[in-house]
Amino acid sequence: MASTEFKESVDKALKNANLTGALGRFSEAYAVARKNAYAGIDFEQLRGRVAAIKGYAAEHMDELAEQFTKAATARGAKVFRANSPQQVKEYIANLCREKGVKRIVKSKSMATEEIHLNDHLIKQGIQVNETDLGEWIIQLAGQTPSHMVMPAIHMTRDEVADLFSKEIDERLSNDIPKLVKVARKELRTKFLQADMGITGGNMAIAETGTIALVTNEGNARLTTTLPKIHVAVVGLEKLVPNWADAAPILVALPKSATSQQLTSYVSLITGPTPNDDGSMKEMHIILMDNKRSEMAADPIFKQALQCIRCASCLNVCPVYRLVGGHVFGKVYTGGIGTILTAWFDELKRSEEIQSLCIQCGNCKQVCPGQIDIPALILEIRRRLTQEQGQGVVQKTIFSVVNNRKIFHGMLRAASKVQGLVAKDGFIRHLPMFLSELSEFRSLPAIADKPFRDVFDTIQQPVLQKKIAFYGGCLIDFAYPEMGVKLVKILNKAGYNVTFPKDQTCCGAPARYNGAYEVAADNATDNIKALLSEEVDYVVSACPTCTCALKHEFIEVYESVGRRDMLPKARRLATKTVDFSTLVKQLVDEGKLSFKEGQSLGTITYHDSCHLKRTLHAENEPRELLTQAGYQIEEMFECDMCCGMGGSYSLKFPEISKPILTRKLGNIKASGAQTVAMDCPGCVMQIKGGFDKDGARVNVKHTVELLADQLK
Amino acid sequence: MFDLFKAKAEAVSAEVHRFATKSEGLAFIKETFRTEGIADEPKKYAVWTDCPILEGVDKDEMAKEFPGLKFNVTRDLAEQSHIGVTQMQWGLANTGTVAQNSTAAAERLASSLSWIHVAIVGTANILPDMPALLETVHPKDCAYLALITGPSRTADIERVLTIGVHGPERLIIVCIDDLGGAN
Ligand code: SF4
Ligand code: SF4
Repeated sequence: MASTEFKESVDKALKNANLTGALGRFSEAYAVARKNAYAGIDFEQLRGRVAAIKGYAAEHMDELAEQFTKAATARGAKVFRANSPQQVKEYIANLCREKGVKRIVKSKSMATEEIHLNDHLIKQGIQVNETDLGEWIIQLAGQTPSHMVMPAIHMTRDEVADLFSKEIDERLSNDIPKLVKVARKELRTKFLQADMGITGGNMAIAETGTIALVTNEGNARLTTTLPKIHVAVVGLEKLVPNWADAAPILVALPKSATSQQLTSYVSLITGPTPNDDGSMKEMHIILMDNKRSEMAADPIFKQALQCIRCASCLNVCPVYRLVGGHVFGKVYTGGIGTILTAWFDELKRSEEIQSLCIQCGNCKQVCPGQIDIPALILEIRRRLTQEQGQGVVQKTIFSVVNNRKIFHGMLRAASKVQGLVAKDGFIRHLPMFLSELSEFRSLPAIADKPFRDVFDTIQQPVLQKKIAFYGGCLIDFAYPEMGVKLVKILNKAGYNVTFPKDQTCCGAPARYNGAYEVAADNATDNIKALLSEEVDYVVSACPTCTCALKHEFIEVYESVGRRDMLPKARRLATKTVDFSTLVKQLVDEGKLSFKEGQSLGTITYHDSCHLKRTLHAENEPRELLTQAGYQIEEMFECDMCCGMGGSYSLKFPEISKPILTRKLGNIKASGAQTVAMDCPGCVMQIKGGFDKDGARVNVKHTVELLADQLK
Repeated sequence: MFDLFKAKAEAVSAEVHRFATKSEGLAFIKETFRTEGIADEPKKYAVWTDCPILEGVDKDEMAKEFPGLKFNVTRDLAEQSHIGVTQMQWGLANTGTVAQNSTAAAERLASSLSWIHVAIVGTANILPDMPALLETVHPKDCAYLALITGPSRTADIERVLTIGVHGPERLIIVCIDDLGGAN
């Protein structure tokens, strides 16, 4: 459970209308601009190359660091490999002492933020000035960056005007171009006086010993030109093998970071260059480890080293855009920030921030380093749980979920005594339809009769071919009517539907809470039940469950070391298919067809996170609905999370609510009277939202909209 | 190639002019000195780094014509200059970028401290893209490779795009067809 202090920082951020407004507007604009920037480019291919280059580099970190050192040294640079932050700080402080450095100008560098270099140098009596405008602003404000690319995005022009006014002792207006001129003038003097320039490095090319610097303002050029000493602090993950490897990264980075084709300035520096007085510059390159090689040795987390720090994962994150960067801690923010904090700082420090991730997968979809950020965050969760053990309450809950009979018995009991059960503290952690904790969204009552009982009363024609239906808790206990429609459709296609009664929770709640042993037991029960009879397909109308059956059982077994179960899990995976993909296939095969000439009016479609981003089914439901006779009017941000995220909406109702509100607004703005989706969880969230909101919009699972439209 | 280069460079607020001959290009630059009021006083200087296009040009004559024009680029002169002229070796068509070997300090001073950067590039030296550039130039011959795409910019205050924060506010690219193998 999150601490009060953490909850308070989340609350404070959410209440900061300026912050959420600025981030909201920015993320909307970003989505459009990024699309334009990548127009005509095969993004998948490009990021495949970036990931391959960075992945190789992570696996050969030591070797490349050595090669880089040799190459850069041959060109006259001094290369120092530092293991700890302390070593970096001491190296630079010593250098300053030795060379009599009094004034330093810095170009933006996350690595130096990571180790709090400025504080250390200032304590030695050295003047240190950030020169990137955003960094300078937060330096003057005594704050930390709230975004990796736009460190001061949380501040208003008025706040900046106040800061600058204080700095130059003159009352300034909030006119942005004028404020920028003030910064130019002030910092120009500092550039000209500086004895040392400190930069980061966006890449360190091993083959040639080159440092790449990517900026828009031109401050890195001045930092590396005017002072006679240049120190570059570069994380080991910035290494790439070859000169030519710079190209794909330079193509991807600006497009992903700021939607530019290329930043205004890219400098590729190989060894010292002459100063303007003819002397040679002194160039020091510090290759900083700080747990990076440890990360590279971790079979799961080495992936995080593929990050090129473009921050596009922040820009598309529905949670980040609500709470901003400062909630995440001190240096790196958002999803990738959570991962980097867990490593560069310590696992424990990510305990609270990791829970902010709703697992929507938006970041994974845009990451040019091809990092599966949500999966790595789950892995952090798992390791935290492993390290600290599960709380007593959680243990009790999961032992309940783990025992189908007790679990289902409780769900049945709950339908009888809903008010009573929902008051019980721990029941909230069960799949959330048990809880009434929610002021913004009505929750469905548990059905009088679960689908498993209804199923026995369905009259199915006698058919040869069989499909097993995996209901999932929501359809089974809250929306049995969806199951009934699904059976009707599959019967029409010539399949008999079986409903193996021993199926139980798909394990998603346990997995999302880091309780992998429980999830593995859930998997085993389900595999046994679903493979007990020979069937053509296993179908589910819940994308979260489908993902569990198709991908996560395998991952969970691998992660807890139950390799004996893998063949069965794989067999289940190949049979499992989501509802829309299966029906689309049946239509294509001519087994199903729609009534002709139907004109059913306008609907809009909400993409559920797992369906679109894990199962990659975004066209199938749309095509089916169109063929059935609906006209689809796309809504803005149709694939943005609705804020449900399983028990997330219970842990962070304050975040889930604004995400939902935005979704409802987008649905209404589409003008459609009906919104379709393929996930009963989304149905629950959005239906509940509209119930509170009062707008008369029908919320339907695709299965409900299709069932009566078939011939 | 040139058309794409021009379109991309203009999309990021660079000004692009094309001339068939060296002398036309030089005439344009002089005209720019005139309109910008280059004079022999701080903030009004123009600095011009020694470069192939100046071969055979009577620099003394030109300096007489524009008393504020300096060919010996120092840090102070560059800092007090209104215009900095440098010759670039390459262009990148698909991003509208100009690229230069700026190993010599003067090249960096003139192109980063002035208010207006005039970048001369041979039309024939415009390459298609970044990979092509990295194939053409290797750090063994170039300690400081500078790629410049449009003028200096920032959007750090409220995401409002503002031109000219630390570097030049204007980037004027002068493409010359008969500069030939001048790189
Ligand atoms: S994790 Fe991916 S999207 Fe996020 S900053 Fe790194 S490279 Fe960019
Ligand atoms: S999965 Fe979604 S919520 Fe989690 S970090 Fe990525 S974008 Fe943010």
